[in-house]
Amino acid sequence: MKDTAIQVINFSHFYGQQQSLKNLNLQVYRNEILGIIGPARSGKSTFLTCLNRLGDLVPGSRVTGKILIDGQNIYCPGIEVAALRRQLGMVFATPVPLPMSIYDNLVFGPKLQGKKYRLDLDGLVEDCLEKAGLWIEVKDRLKTSALKLSGGQQQRLCLARVLALKPEYILLDEPTSGLDPISTMKIEDTLRLLKKDYTIILVTNNTKQAARVADRTAFFLMGELVEVNETGIIFTRPADKRTENYIEGKFG
Amino acid sequence: MKKRFRLKPKVEQKAVQFLLCLMTSIAVLILIFILAVILKNGLPEISLEFLTKNPAHMGREGGIFSTIVATLYLTVIALLVATPLGVGTAIYLTEYTFEGIVTRIIRFGAECLAGIPSIIFGLFGFILFVNKLKFGWSILSGGLTLAFMVLPTIIRTSEEAIKSVPAAYRLVSYSLGSTRWQTVTRVVLPSASPGIITGVILSLGRSIGETAAVIFTAGSALHLPSSLFSSARTMSVHFYILAREGISMPKAYGTAAVLVIAILLVNIVTYYLMGKYITRSSRE
Repeated sequence: MKDTAIQVINFSHFYGQQQSLKNLNLQVYRNEILGIIGPARSGKSTFLTCLNRLGDLVPGSRVTGKILIDGQNIYCPGIEVAALRRQLGMVFATPVPLPMSIYDNLVFGPKLQGKKYRLDLDGLVEDCLEKAGLWIEVKDRLKTSALKLSGGQQQRLCLARVLALKPEYILLDEPTSGLDPISTMKIEDTLRLLKKDYTIILVTNNTKQAARVADRTAFFLMGELVEVNETGIIFTRPADKRTENYIEGKFG
Repeated sequence: MKKRFRLKPKVEQKAVQFLLCLMTSIAVLILIFILAVILKNGLPEISLEFLTKNPAHMGREGGIFSTIVATLYLTVIALLVATPLGVGTAIYLTEYTFEGIVTRIIRFGAECLAGIPSIIFGLFGFILFVNKLKFGWSILSGGLTLAFMVLPTIIRTSEEAIKSVPAAYRLVSYSLGSTRWQTVTRVVLPSASPGIITGVILSLGRSIGETAAVIFTAGSALHLPSSLFSSARTMSVHFYILAREGISMPKAYGTAAVLVIAILLVNIVTYYLMGKYITRSSRE
């Protein structure tokens, strides 16, 4: 029996009049990598931003239904959004290092929480960079600007910065879409290692990436969840014709 | 003849280049001319004594020390009041409201405020601070009037600077669990600060040189100001009175030279600091 970490119940999302997510029902199990595939504008990224309520920042954004994380509906009034976002760290499609040093980027999140969390920032920085596979490359220049790193390094920095929040979940929105194959491989290796401590949701444009790293894969189309299943099943004998067509590259 | 007169492309190129170069030269020459006249007439007047002695005999004798001090006080008060107000307004308009009718009205208002002649600000300051609030002709009245005069500039430049901070920085900051205020103070303002500082320095220059708004509100007393409520004469007002009343042209030029040099210095120091700041943050 798998442990359900996130439960999405009859969840819909609207931008103004337009419905971008249609009545989703979905479970995410603890310590799995859930891959989400689908063509552009299918609602994959919107779904991620609904999980950490970053979507609230878009004017005209509105939701119905429930998302339970560890049993708690995150759309309940009175939920502390900042704490929720720390719990669900997010890595974006384009790496965005803040215009400060590598070190300051990493401690940005922890420092927001005030003094009591500042005990061992140096150790935290080393630990997170180590996990993201970046420590050896940057350990001698932690105080230099993060903007000087290469694209692949910046993305691993962003991952490390999320780990520094000590989240339980990691949301990745096409994290390797702008990266070369080697950087992509490094990130994927990192994700496989992180799985034992975190629950990971990976939105990807690259179906092969889902096939490589995801335990289960969900296929989104036009705001609907077409199907979700073990990655092996989705890629060999999907239940829905549309999934098969997409995976075989007939559209999208 | 049907064929219209046309220069050969090569000749046309040269002619246009020459014309544009001429226009640019005229603009630069005017600046150089003004500086030359003022410095030629004013520099001989400037001495340590001129800078450190108070004016005597209505300004015919002595130096301009008290007017330098008055200018400094007024400018400092103006910026101390206008900077927080202006930056606060800019933060509110950009970070705390969605773009809409209200923000447009506020912005339009600020723009109109920027177009009002300074002498009208002087009149307003006179009515409000000098008369109604009974601050009298004083450093405080003058400083507050100047603050309102430069406020639109600070709002606009700060707003532009804040808007130019990439939206992705804000998104990342929120995603790392920061509140709106933490995002503003830790991400937005540090990135926007070069632009904000430029606006403040611009206002500093305007405050130092402003005459009309000050003469109505700070008065023209020649003694060294002793409190916020003493009347005082700034350098620009001093220059105006010396020249207008024909009291002493050499002293007037001396004052003008100090004024111009002060403004130049402010600009040079700003450019230097900005250059340093910008290269440091991008190269660090």
